[in-house]
Amino acid sequence: MAFGSATTLIRQVFYTILVRPILLVLLGFNVRGLEHLQARGPHLIAANHNSHLDALVLMSLFGFADIPKVKLVAARDYWCRTRALTWLSMNIVGIIPIDRKIERGSDPFGPVQKALDDGYTLVIFPEGSRGDPEKRQPLKNGIARIVELNPQVTVTPVFMHGLGKALPRGEGLLVPFVCEINVGEELAWQGDRRLFVASLEQSLEQLEHEIAPKPWT
Amino acid sequence: MRALPLVSVIFFALLSFLAFKEYISIVPLRRADRRVLFWAYLSIPIQYAFVADDFYGMFIVFIPVWVFFLLPFRMILTQQTEGFLTSVTAISWGLMIAVFAVSHGAMLMRLPATVNNAAGGRGLVLFMVILNQGNDVAQYVWGKLFGRHKILPLVSPKKTWEGFIGGVLTTTAAAAVLYSFLTPFSLGFALFAGLVIGVTGFIGDVTFSALKRDMKIKDTGSLIPGHGGILDRIDSFSLTAPLFFHIVRYFYY
Repeated sequence: MAFGSATTLIRQVFYTILVRPILLVLLGFNVRGLEHLQARGPHLIAANHNSHLDALVLMSLFGFADIPKVKLVAARDYWCRTRALTWLSMNIVGIIPIDRKIERGSDPFGPVQKALDDGYTLVIFPEGSRGDPEKRQPLKNGIARIVELNPQVTVTPVFMHGLGKALPRGEGLLVPFVCEINVGEELAWQGDRRLFVASLEQSLEQLEHEIAPKPWT
Repeated sequence: MRALPLVSVIFFALLSFLAFKEYISIVPLRRADRRVLFWAYLSIPIQYAFVADDFYGMFIVFIPVWVFFLLPFRMILTQQTEGFLTSVTAISWGLMIAVFAVSHGAMLMRLPATVNNAAGGRGLVLFMVILNQGNDVAQYVWGKLFGRHKILPLVSPKKTWEGFIGGVLTTTAAAAVLYSFLTPFSLGFALFAGLVIGVTGFIGDVTFSALKRDMKIKDTGSLIPGHGGILDRIDSFSLTAPLFFHIVRYFYY
């Protein structure tokens, strides 16, 4: 892992001194189960996806020392549109870019596998895209494929509500709403892809139920 | 302007922002209200600019007259009539509580010192906050020790007549001790002010209990562990501040 390099330090400062204080005042977090959220060895954090803010909020929950151990799995077509943006995304935001369009013979999860091999904790949005704000979409199979290949890797589910109200897809204007976050207990590989996706789905549903979010009427 | 009053204005403005944000996060609104809420948020810096400018005339009419008039109009521009009444009333009430009422704390702070009250507005704010928060504690303690007869069981099942009366008496007695240090009041007026703070504090408390019960939540947030959010902290304060301010202003300024 790239500890101690200049860009790593900038990344730590970016999240702890810039992003976190702004988000705390502008939105404010209500976090449950924060003790379940840890940066430990190769590990996956699976969250529902409503807003561009999701990734920044999740990173803000980690402490200064843990930030270098955590990366975000994100779509290359969005985060790497220009060279400058690519550099920012890769080094400061800290993304692992993956291709959403799979070509024959390519391995979209290659970079993810490498990051796990390097011992990173990866934040992943298994719904695949933000979709309609504050509506959970069926999970994609990708996360199960990753865990199948790395059965020692556990997955921590995270449910977030409010960010899809604050900055939903297709809106450029941020309107402050309190962000509710519920972190669940880690899930282990169960030997079957469909079984695993179902249990992750169930876990997210339970976390959502505990928060009892207030959707738009 | 002197630096100190500006700091207090910013403090109360931040309090309004956090309270309004918590409020709109728990009440039912429509997706179409997003842009309307943005304008509602904008009323906060404007209201506090009037406070900072000591512009009493606009401070007192901006929310109840201008925002009251313009906010529904902005909502009409979305052309979503379904749920219009619910949204417009919910946002208006939130602005009255979180912005209009709370800004009275900042306006109270700006009242000048007088011959028999060197502390000026700062003393009055301290007087009100101590009695208001002390009242919450006193009502709780009296209720715990002697509570028998429930007062509003369907709204706030733990509140009792014994807690309410004991709390108001304690607050009134505390007012009689504090007034000479912090206020220009006579003893008689201090007792009256203590009574008002005790009773309005209770009313503010149960008003927010009713809101939370309706929204089916326990606390409005988790700012301080075990204390809920900002709204839970300022529930009684936000209803007391305007009443206390106008009573003081009428009789002493």
